Amino acid sequence: MSYWSPHLVIAPIIIPLVAGALMLFLDERQRFGKAMISIVSVLLLLVVSIALVRHAGADTTRDSVYLLGNWPSPFAIVLVLDRLSALMLLLSSVLGIAALVFALARWAKAGPHFHTMFQLLLMGINGAFLTGDLFNLFVFFEVMLAASYGLVLHGSGPVRVKAGLHYIAINLAASLLFLIGVSLIYGVTGTLNMADLAARIPEVTDGDRMLLEAGAAVLGVAFLVKAGMWPLSFWLPTTYTAAAAPIAAIFAIMSKVGIYVLLRLSLLLFGGAAAASAGFGSQVLLFGGLATVTFGLIGVLASQALGRLAGYSVLVSSGTLLAAIGLGNVGVTAGALFYLVSSTLTISAFFLLIELVERGQDAAASVLAVTAEAFGDADEEEEEDEVGVAIPGTLAVLGISFAACGILLAGLPPLSGFVAKFTMFTAMFNPEGLGNGGAISSASWWVVMLLILSGLSALIAMTRSGIHTFWAPIEATVPRVLLIEIAPVAILLFLCLMLTVQAGPVMRYMEATAQALYAPQAYVEGVFEAPRAGVPNGEAQQ
Amino acid sequence: MELVLAIGIGVMTGSGVWLLLRPRTYQVIIGLLLLSYAVNLFIFGMGRLRMNVPPVVEPGVPVDPAAFTDPIPQALVLTAIVIGFATTALFLVVLLASRGLTGTDHVDGREQ
Repeated sequence: MSYWSPHLVIAPIIIPLVAGALMLFLDERQRFGKAMISIVSVLLLLVVSIALVRHAGADTTRDSVYLLGNWPSPFAIVLVLDRLSALMLLLSSVLGIAALVFALARWAKAGPHFHTMFQLLLMGINGAFLTGDLFNLFVFFEVMLAASYGLVLHGSGPVRVKAGLHYIAINLAASLLFLIGVSLIYGVTGTLNMADLAARIPEVTDGDRMLLEAGAAVLGVAFLVKAGMWPLSFWLPTTYTAAAAPIAAIFAIMSKVGIYVLLRLSLLLFGGAAAASAGFGSQVLLFGGLATVTFGLIGVLASQALGRLAGYSVLVSSGTLLAAIGLGNVGVTAGALFYLVSSTLTISAFFLLIELVERGQDAAASVLAVTAEAFGDADEEEEEDEVGVAIPGTLAVLGISFAACGILLAGLPPLSGFVAKFTMFTAMFNPEGLGNGGAISSASWWVVMLLILSGLSALIAMTRSGIHTFWAPIEATVPRVLLIEIAPVAILLFLCLMLTVQAGPVMRYMEATAQALYAPQAYVEGVFEAPRAGVPNGEAQQ
Repeated sequence: MELVLAIGIGVMTGSGVWLLLRPRTYQVIIGLLLLSYAVNLFIFGMGRLRMNVPPVVEPGVPVDPAAFTDPIPQALVLTAIVIGFATTALFLVVLLASRGLTGTDHVDGREQ
């Protein structure tokens, strides 16, 4: 174990890469083999990420830094594991399992190379969470995006191709902005290593500072497109609605990749130590976040279909997180991290659930009509009219899951959505820490007001569509749901429940994470003083 | 030299943005290509423009930073070219799929 444990950091990138590449050798007909490799890969990812979270959570002094190629630190590309990246890795592996299991029922068969693209998407996401280098971040972003382009189109059909066309064009343009930002920052500071940047930014002269900030702003726009900040977000609901359910579910974390990078870079590069540039961009994040929440809540209210409702919920979630990051308070950030986990799990479960619910409503419009016959025979007999049964079991399970999603999205008491919002509000009303008073900024009031309004709008929209869907007269269209389709939804919602029950330990982890983010010296020192593996251990470096 | 490069980047970016906003998919893809050329040149320019100096350090010779050009932007440009090429090729496939499914080359899939 001690031999392998230093290399565990790179495992979340290597495992899906190897699994994805391996599956290219398998024929499309060998579905079972592909499914097994995929499942083994995501389970391994889960185990590794749990181990990494335990490692990052226990290690109070130093982040794990992995030197690729064993080059000395500021010159080489590094992978850095701290609490935040470990948390995001765990989240992505959980969503990966849920989406994959759901997809195995039918979506995986709707087109070629689903499993490979899915694994490469996971690789890109994990790489973006782990890397400590701006250009490497670009590369992992592109891996993630290239896989997502394929996945958006998975299942084909005019709607997907149209949405995919827009999605690809916007993301290609955003990638170009990413490159401009990265090169401007390199031109000013002469480094792309995030820790090295954090150390050099305070020393930038006033003449160069404007160029640096311009670069950071251009870079920020690229991530804000990904995160879906208004007015860069019009592509998001359409694309997420058009994508197949399990793919939309895993996309829920892709918009959080943008949030993650913004959180990491704004605190690392423009934290308190950055002298004249300290707090750069936080106003944009705050007001952009507020605008996004407003746009999202109007969209949620206006949505006719459940898919669009979920798409706008992604925007509300992104906006909430952006505004919380923009407030720049340790307590608010800790609450926001809790909210990030809770809302990602919820939205992911909601996307999966929508497909199951809508399957009953409009079977004729199913894009999957081609593959439906694979299952149609087995389930046909369940459709007999059972006189006297008021609510079929399937509908009851779906209804309960739907209600849980509604409660989570609205942030009502019993579940984790409430805990998350309550923590953020508490921190906003006690900016100096609980009981120490301190003036409540007007921005905080706006955030609180809009968050409560967004909860209300989610509640109204969910109640309305719930009544429309579940209290409608039951005709012979009870959706056919397989166990492996409802199980991922149930697991994700159960995790939200566990998040509520175990809110204490989880919040302690989030608070430690937020404090580490606001004191980036430890991160910088960790990268600079990363020990190189000695010559006797050289064989271990592959 | 600087002027030529700056004008080149500016013209390509301008044409690229204009084409990107056009309603035909082929114009969009050409716009993205022009933009990516402009960005690649821009990255190159960020490593400072130097004439007749190598980006490689000769072994055994004492290193004088003034006699070398920065190799990192060149490596970055190479990566950016490869990635940009791959994603553009992928976009081209989607463009063809869209053309086949909708029967039009309008980006919204229908003539306005």
